Amino acid sequence: MKLLTHNMLTSHVKGVTKGYPLLIKATEVKVNQLDFNPQFVSRMIPKLEWGALVQAAEDLGYRQDLPGELIADYEQNEEFLKKVHRVLLEVEVMEGCLKCPESGREFPITKGIPNMLLNEDDA
Amino acid sequence: MKLKELESCLQQVDTFEEPKILLEQYPTSPHIAACMLYTIHNTFGDIDGKLVADLGCGCGVLSLGAAMLDAGLCVGFDIDSDALDIFRRNAEEFEIPSLDLIQCDLCCLNAEVYANRFDTVIMNPPFGTKHNQGMDMKFLRAALTMAETAVYSLHKTSTREHIQKKAKDWGVKMEVIAELRYDLPASYKFHKKKSVNL
Ligand SMILES: C[S@@+](CC[C@H](N)C(=O)[O-])C[C@H]1O[C@@H](n2cnc3c(N)ncnc32)[C@H](O)[C@@H]1O
Repeated sequence: MKLLTHNMLTSHVKGVTKGYPLLIKATEVKVNQLDFNPQFVSRMIPKLEWGALVQAAEDLGYRQDLPGELIADYEQNEEFLKKVHRVLLEVEVMEGCLKCPESGREFPITKGIPNMLLNEDDA
Repeated sequence: MKLKELESCLQQVDTFEEPKILLEQYPTSPHIAACMLYTIHNTFGDIDGKLVADLGCGCGVLSLGAAMLDAGLCVGFDIDSDALDIFRRNAEEFEIPSLDLIQCDLCCLNAEVYANRFDTVIMNPPFGTKHNQGMDMKFLRAALTMAETAVYSLHKTSTREHIQKKAKDWGVKMEVIAELRYDLPASYKFHKKKSVNL
């Protein structure tokens, strides 16, 4: 699971009103090199929950020096975009789980794939 | 990448080992997948550098193809861990890092949380059988919510009128892009109108 994907994931446990952002508990993290596409990264940034991304990167130990608040004019800032590229697309959680911030329900991540399926009780 | 090249790459993609009939696990043929993706890429420019979702990705032939055509990232969604496992192995064998996977049930997915997060959605959805009628329409509904620009989907010709009617109700523009021979599903494009609130 890449952090761009994590940035979109929400828990849908019954009764939960704010199942976002999911807390990452990782036991294995990998960095997979991927071609840097500055336009793509720039286009993704306005759609992100910036705070959730920075928190996730921090939890995994890959925050670098990314600011808590999104900076202005990032489109021109290649160094910044490269850092964002790294946390969005290269850092991957291979094993661990995602924890719903409200219900505490945990969703396992196995071989890089988060399992968001709910059993009947919490669906 | 040329169409022929894409098709021959996709021929090497492993597919379902023990297809689950209830989940309608049949793969898109390499030929159809390649033609579909090539058109989306070449004619509409909706793959290169885009965030793509593949709903009911199965073993990943559509996602892998999209990644080969330089999607920024393609995220596959499927309910079945066996299929996802094959997908993951395919991605490893091709050494394609611009893919990610989520195991989830698209029937009970609240697509609103993904509203417009993706540029493009590609899919070959389950058609829906006696047990799960209307699956294709559920997938389509979710896809239209998730995609900002367009949804490309394979459907049976026999359901065209129904889809046309739904598309109208939902305020989206539908186009038949290709009719595939041998009674195989036809390929459709759904274009979201910016002004429409979905
Ligand atoms: C027709 S197959 C297409 C497979 C693949 N996209 C391809 O083109 O080769 C439909 C896929 O949808 C998945 N599926 C069926 N019901 C689902 C559900 N409720 N939620 C998510 N995926 C589902 C199946 O596991 C299967 O992989």
